[in-house]
Amino acid sequence: MHRVVVIGASLAGLRAAQAVRSVGHDGALVVVGDEAHLPYTRPPLSKQLLAGEQTHHDCAFPAVDTLDADWRLGAAATGLDRASKTVTLADGQSLTYDRLIIATGCRARTWPDAPGGVHTLRGIDDALALRAALDAQPQRIAIVGAGFVGCEVAATARKAGVAVTLIDVEAQPLVPLGAELGARCAALHREHGVDLRLGAGVATLRKGGVDLTDGTRVDAEVVLAAVGALPNTEWLAGSGLALDARGGLLCDATLTSVTDDDVLAAGDVVSWPHPLAGGDAVRVEHWTTAAEHGALAGRNALADDASERAGHVAPPYFWSDQYDLKIQAVGFPARGATLTIVDEDGPRLVAEARDAAGRLVGAITFNNAKRLAAYRRQLATEALGAAA
Amino acid sequence: MRVRVDMNLCQSHGECVFPAPDVFELADDDVLIWKEDVAESRRADVEAAVNACPMMAIRIEG
Ligand SMILES: Cc1cc2nc3c(=O)[nH]c(=O)nc-3n(C[C@H](O)[C@H](O)[C@H](O)COP(=O)(O)OP(=O)(O)OC[C@H]3O[C@@H](n4cnc5c(N)ncnc54)[C@H](O)[C@@H]3O)c2cc1C
Ligand code: SF4
Repeated sequence: MHRVVVIGASLAGLRAAQAVRSVGHDGALVVVGDEAHLPYTRPPLSKQLLAGEQTHHDCAFPAVDTLDADWRLGAAATGLDRASKTVTLADGQSLTYDRLIIATGCRARTWPDAPGGVHTLRGIDDALALRAALDAQPQRIAIVGAGFVGCEVAATARKAGVAVTLIDVEAQPLVPLGAELGARCAALHREHGVDLRLGAGVATLRKGGVDLTDGTRVDAEVVLAAVGALPNTEWLAGSGLALDARGGLLCDATLTSVTDDDVLAAGDVVSWPHPLAGGDAVRVEHWTTAAEHGALAGRNALADDASERAGHVAPPYFWSDQYDLKIQAVGFPARGATLTIVDEDGPRLVAEARDAAGRLVGAITFNNAKRLAAYRRQLATEALGAAA
Repeated sequence: MRVRVDMNLCQSHGECVFPAPDVFELADDDVLIWKEDVAESRRADVEAAVNACPMMAIRIEG
């Protein structure tokens, strides 16, 4: 094989490129990224970097410079022609490939008709802009969306002494945690002084605040829309690659496109069948899964025959840090029929998610990494059994 | 080789425990304990731990 091309120069793309080299590919390896930056890690963008405890330099992945790859940064891929195995870039160049690995991740969803000046948070440039806005000691930040990013930014802003109004149309923050754990997180944010508005519809985001559908005005110099992420697959329109209903790139268990054996994918962009989800196609936006996907897609890309490729079966793992709370989750807790707290001791908590048949499908812990690790081992074994 | 973990960075994710359980372990209070002197034969798994650590807290020296 001569040429491996990776599109997307973040965590999944980097791990894919590293794997391609570590299994001994000595042909061409090109990594294309639309950001001007070499790969960096995103979790600190709502945490340590936003708090000013870390710099861009701290977030850069190590050992990128020793990887023998041709980096094309600041260049978006704009089209894919599978017949000629060619990717076109925004600057007019084109690249041919023998194997293509798509790792274009997600972007922040924007609020429709939001005026200029409303922040979103996905990349380092967004994070530095939001940090500058917080450093200016605004009266208040209004955050629309009490998902993980919204809640983490709320916690960081409170630590910096900035008043926070956190708004969500749902009756609880962090919907994937279920109602009971969500209520605990709501209480935690209120204890830290967050003005939490739940079940609150947003009518307009304006410069200088947010208007709610019940007529309330929230005035805030800084406004952040934290309303989720969308997979970056528009550039594949016309390629014929199958997407799921929400734009995720549909792959089989080996992260190979269901449409084309020479196209693989990794990270937040992928929709793939997972044994712990009963074989349903899932898309997860988790750091560890993106890293695992990248490494696997890189290895699988070099298999001469698609039948030699291995499946991704590791249970998805996720964490979030808010104040002194470390939330960790493994498996698919939101898909369980029940979520039961099995242990609670002050700020530490353990909850198990089970399906209708009583089988463990996921677990969530608060401040209990050791217990979470044990569930992770158990679910990994179950997943291997289910995949076999 | 010597394994270093920057405990100012480590957040007790326990990622490193999976590829190299003989080197890294979470104590009951979730604090990471690890072996500093590790046999060369364990390099591949310790490198996997380095790549798995979301905080980029682990370094191999030598
Ligand atoms: C603020 C924030 C906090 C987070 N915190 C956590 C956390 O605590 N725990 C956790 O598990 N996960 C967290 N995540 C999620 C985690 O960062 C992602 O799962 C991970 O970044 C996914 O990696 P990826 O490489 O698949 O995609 P991405 O990191 O999205 O990278 C995709 C790359 O491809 C580029 N790209 C897109 N389209 C094109 C194109 N057409 N051509 C070229 N390049 C393109 C993008 O610009 C980007 O650089 C967080 C994410 C954010 C934004
Ligand atoms: S993976 Fe990193 S952060 Fe987690 S316990 Fe190991 S060293 Fe600490």
